Amino acid sequence: MAEMTSATSVQRPVTTMQSKKRSEMLAGYGFVAPAALIFLVFLVIPILFSAYISLTNWNGITPLTSEQPYEYVGFDNYAQLLFREGTRQTDFFKSLKNTVYYVLGVVPTQTILALLLAVVVNQRWLKAKGFFRTAFYFPSITSSVVISLIFMWMFTRGGLVNRAVGALFPDYAFINWLDDPTGVVHSILGLFGVNLRNAGDWATAQFAGMRVWEWISGPSVTMLTIMILNTWTTIGTMMVIYLAALQNIPTHVYEAAYVDGANAWQTFRKITVPLLRPTTFFVVTLGLIGTFQVFDQIFVISSGGPAKTTLTIAYLVYSNGFKNSAMGLAAATAILLFIIIFAFSILQRRIVSERADV
Amino acid sequence: MATTALPAPKSGSAVTVRRILAIIGVGFLVFFAFIEIVPFVLTVANSFKCLPAVQAAPQAFIPLPPFGISCQTETGSVRSATEMTDGIAFNPTTEGYQEVLRQNLGKWFVNTAVFAIWVTVLRLLFDSLAGYALARIKFPGNRLLFFIMLGTMMIPGVVLLIPRFIILKQLGMLNTYQGFILTLAADAFGVFLMKQFFESIPGEIEEAAQVDGASRLTMFFRIVLPMATPALTALAIFSFQGTWNNFMDALIILGGNPDLFNLPLGLALLRGAYGDTLRWHTFLAGSVITTLPLAIIFFVFQRYFVEGVSYSGLKG
Repeated sequence: MAEMTSATSVQRPVTTMQSKKRSEMLAGYGFVAPAALIFLVFLVIPILFSAYISLTNWNGITPLTSEQPYEYVGFDNYAQLLFREGTRQTDFFKSLKNTVYYVLGVVPTQTILALLLAVVVNQRWLKAKGFFRTAFYFPSITSSVVISLIFMWMFTRGGLVNRAVGALFPDYAFINWLDDPTGVVHSILGLFGVNLRNAGDWATAQFAGMRVWEWISGPSVTMLTIMILNTWTTIGTMMVIYLAALQNIPTHVYEAAYVDGANAWQTFRKITVPLLRPTTFFVVTLGLIGTFQVFDQIFVISSGGPAKTTLTIAYLVYSNGFKNSAMGLAAATAILLFIIIFAFSILQRRIVSERADV
Repeated sequence: MATTALPAPKSGSAVTVRRILAIIGVGFLVFFAFIEIVPFVLTVANSFKCLPAVQAAPQAFIPLPPFGISCQTETGSVRSATEMTDGIAFNPTTEGYQEVLRQNLGKWFVNTAVFAIWVTVLRLLFDSLAGYALARIKFPGNRLLFFIMLGTMMIPGVVLLIPRFIILKQLGMLNTYQGFILTLAADAFGVFLMKQFFESIPGEIEEAAQVDGASRLTMFFRIVLPMATPALTALAIFSFQGTWNNFMDALIILGGNPDLFNLPLGLALLRGAYGDTLRWHTFLAGSVITTLPLAIIFFVFQRYFVEGVSYSGLKG
């Protein structure tokens, strides 16, 4: 704060161009200083330092001030995660697989549902718009831990969801939502009589620490539950964003389409969706960033289980660093996660801009 | 689809199609609204039940007197579901709340409020100061600073988990109030929001004040900040809500000292301590207590929540 007050003490009568410029500069630095200092200490330095730690075998416990807290191991942590066969490689690719299924399941679902809901709420004849907006937005203000607890309670074996479905369909066998490692794609293949034994040689082929059969498992039932939870929570935010964008589309655009004889589907497909493209880009980016980092829900509901089917990259970072005392490895995992999210954002930007040319 | 209110439709069949679409649309909307609301209604209802009734079907959700019954019957056994519910009505008890309050929840509640208030106040001050300087004051490095801040917005929170732990450990600020508050005391999104806002208001008033000899600091607090109320409100809401619900940073920074836990961390670790035999009425009571303050703020300031989200969306 001290440097800011210095700007006020500049004497007015003797102000020349030079001193005025200097006091502006001081004011500028003074105003930015507190925020910049916090960013520097708690963001920039830590990130650079953590990039360095990822090249060591620090366990996170030995004080950094001690004699030799760690050894420099070069890119060994990255090699363990990516190339060297072993649990660490298997765990990393398992978590990558789980996370990608999670993202690919949640992001399109929540985006499409949010868009459709926003279009309905935006209709002029709809009553109680405020009510719907509130109802859909409320989950977004609720703590992720609280929502995870509520979902656990509803999805336990003897819980509300199973009972409600059971009441509607008497033949329904209760699903053990919170503790079932069966992959959804495996279950579907099973319906057609395909399993690991009769699938053929491709299924047992080994790739990056897992058999191909494991790669194509799809999300487990438990992961699916967490995907439902995430979609349920975020639809509201996405819908509100879409709604704001919809209200910015001038009515005369729709009037013109109407005069030209466009039907509801054509109007939606040829006018609403293209005009919302920037919003869709934003919503999908938000979704990608959010889902790639899924952590709180995993921590509360499953801790990565059953059978590591809900182990996500973010949870792996945490468990490597704080449970397995391999902070260097965890730092390397975090940096790989950053690179993956970054790559996906660029890929998505490509896809959206390509579509725009069509 | 948004054209229903327009002049004379072209043909009868088009009208019928529109009607059918409207019915499907409303059905879809009501169905999802139901799904979004019901879990909250049932959470509140079940937080006032004894454990056996929490898992009972059908779910009772209408409270009837006598209120405040005991979960112990006269014979000393736990009151069964049928002893406290009748169809969709039930006799409420506060034992879930009493049990969760015995778990230090009061302390966590105070911590959560202290964290949320401090972080919000500091962010309002630091973010608006920085946002104003980046928008209005010319100084060397202005644009570079802005791009660095924008860059940090792209870094996912999970990636910061380890770096933050390391630096706070080095500074001796793990498991301290300051460690948690200072880490969150400024955020790039807030700076960005304030900068955008200050650029959108005309600069003439400030120029006039400058001619009168007011310093930047006086001008900022006397003239600029009062004009920024809408942006400050949005920022305050985001910060308060984000800090109130913060779990990940709390886990890393405060996880070692139960006296410093906030509500999400306390509840999450309590769930871990209970293992698989969860006392649901207790957890649901804890969930209600955690959510209630934000719910009240949400219903009072609803407009700002929705506007804030819309604003960030349009800017993106």
